[in-house]
Amino acid sequence: MLKLQDAEIFYGQMEVIKKVSLEVKQGELVSVIGANGAGKSTLIKAMMGLVKIKHGKLFYEGEDITDYPAWKRAELGIGYVPEGRRIFGDLSVEENLKMGAYKIKDKAQIKRNLEKAYDMFPKLSERRNQLARTMSGGEQQILAISRALILEPRLLLIDEVSMGLMPIMVNYCFSLIKELNQQGITVLVVEQNANKVLKIADRGYLIETGQIMVEGTAESLRQNDVVLKAYLGE
Amino acid sequence: MYAIVVATNIGIFVLLALSLNIIAGYAGQSSIGHAAFFGIGAYTSAVLTSTLGVNFWLSLPIAFVVTGLIGALLGLASMRVKEDFLAITTIGINFVVVAIFQYAPIFGASLGMSVSKPSLFGVKMDNLMFLILVGALIAAMVIFMRIIEKSWFGLALASIRNDEAAASSLGVNIVKFKVLAFAVGTAVAGLAGGVYAHYMTFIYSSDFAFLVSISILSMVVIGGIGTIRGPIVGAIILGIAPELFRFISDYRMIVYGGLLVLMMLFQPQGIVGNGSFLVNKFEALFGKGRKKSVVS
Ligand SMILES: Nc1ncnc2c1ncn2[C@@H]1O[C@H](COP(=O)(O)OP(=O)(O)O)[C@@H](O)[C@H]1O
Ligand SMILES: [Mg+2]
Repeated sequence: MLKLQDAEIFYGQMEVIKKVSLEVKQGELVSVIGANGAGKSTLIKAMMGLVKIKHGKLFYEGEDITDYPAWKRAELGIGYVPEGRRIFGDLSVEENLKMGAYKIKDKAQIKRNLEKAYDMFPKLSERRNQLARTMSGGEQQILAISRALILEPRLLLIDEVSMGLMPIMVNYCFSLIKELNQQGITVLVVEQNANKVLKIADRGYLIETGQIMVEGTAESLRQNDVVLKAYLGE
Repeated sequence: MYAIVVATNIGIFVLLALSLNIIAGYAGQSSIGHAAFFGIGAYTSAVLTSTLGVNFWLSLPIAFVVTGLIGALLGLASMRVKEDFLAITTIGINFVVVAIFQYAPIFGASLGMSVSKPSLFGVKMDNLMFLILVGALIAAMVIFMRIIEKSWFGLALASIRNDEAAASSLGVNIVKFKVLAFAVGTAVAGLAGGVYAHYMTFIYSSDFAFLVSISILSMVVIGGIGTIRGPIVGAIILGIAPELFRFISDYRMIVYGGLLVLMMLFQPQGIVGNGSFLVNKFEALFGKGRKKSVVS
């Protein structure tokens, strides 16, 4: 479904992603794990079109989307949940969700999709008129996820869902991601919390300083020496 | 009457502050050369009426459109520079535009331009009629901005201001909306320029200098950026202050600069911006009338 080939990404002179190839197949839940600063966010932003891939190619359902702007990728069915719960703080919860529906033309459908989000997350419904920035961290993360879901993406890119959340919220978010995947959404999630994410993922990649070091099924990664030592704390 | 003259002047700056608010407040773009567009509108309409003999009432919409088009074009060009350089680019635009007014013979060059007083129904417009015209334009602008705030356009601008990356991941075409904000904001500044030129009956390049841009920006920030009432209150306060305290006139830039710094330190939302001290007090006293007021 999504295929990255030999991608190289630079910030100025600094090469942050070095010849990375990666694939996500239809229906999979794939995770990219790695330490802080390894290049996970950069990688996922490149897939959404928020940073430029200097060399290499990105294919989505066979189409070369390497040079597509983010808004065009959104139209193609790629959704994105940014790192650090970046909701629109000046807007109400409802307006945040409406922005999620920005690309939908049909008013009735916008309404339907919003109601679906409210059904799924009653907490958001209670707070629909509240300013998004006044919500708790966990609620903001839920809002960021549901905002991305309104467009009914077929591929969801999620950046570090667990960052800065209370453990109970972290567990909730991971089980939510698993559930979304089971409902048919293909998911790529990048995560520092290797332990938790490898429990829900089908496959995984380990990235270190911009290079893929290990790849395989989640099961095999959990038993890999490198992963065990550095990321699972054993 | 002198009060009418002062009020009209303030009214023109209310329009300018409101128009800058669309670019700097709604879209969050640090545009610091707004007086350039005020000037483009003023000179466009002045050339139209005084050199080409076009009717004043036709020159206003033309100034509106021409300035908006130039604003959109310069906005689009500015999108190519990094965010941090937008402020500097817009300052540069201001200086270039003023230099053109100052040297191009068609704009009267260093002598400035005389503009004939327009008429309405065969009667030469007096100061009171200008005040009414400015008041009507402000009313129209306020209604227009209320509509924007509730529209998709307004939501998209707010999302861009809050988080460009997230907005574009939802399908928002960032460049398109920024350029639209530039077009609308500069067009209204051009309209204000057209009125100004015919109200003053004489314009000179320095009327649109960078210092004027700073005044407009100060009004927006001191009043409360991103709201409708903020720029209005800011323009009124900064417009009346020099009338009340004559000495301020001579030190206007120092006073504005000092106020800007103080606001940034103690009330970055502005005097009557959302969540400012005054607005919070008001809401505590009279109940929060607005559904979106900050709670918890
Ligand atoms: N906007 C940027 N400009 C310059 N360097 C950046 C930028 N964003 C990230 N980096 C650098 O790129 C590297 C990878 O960062 P990032 O992709 O955010 O890693 P991760 O998400 O794995 O923590 C880091 O060394 C970081 O300092
Ligand atoms: Mg990151």
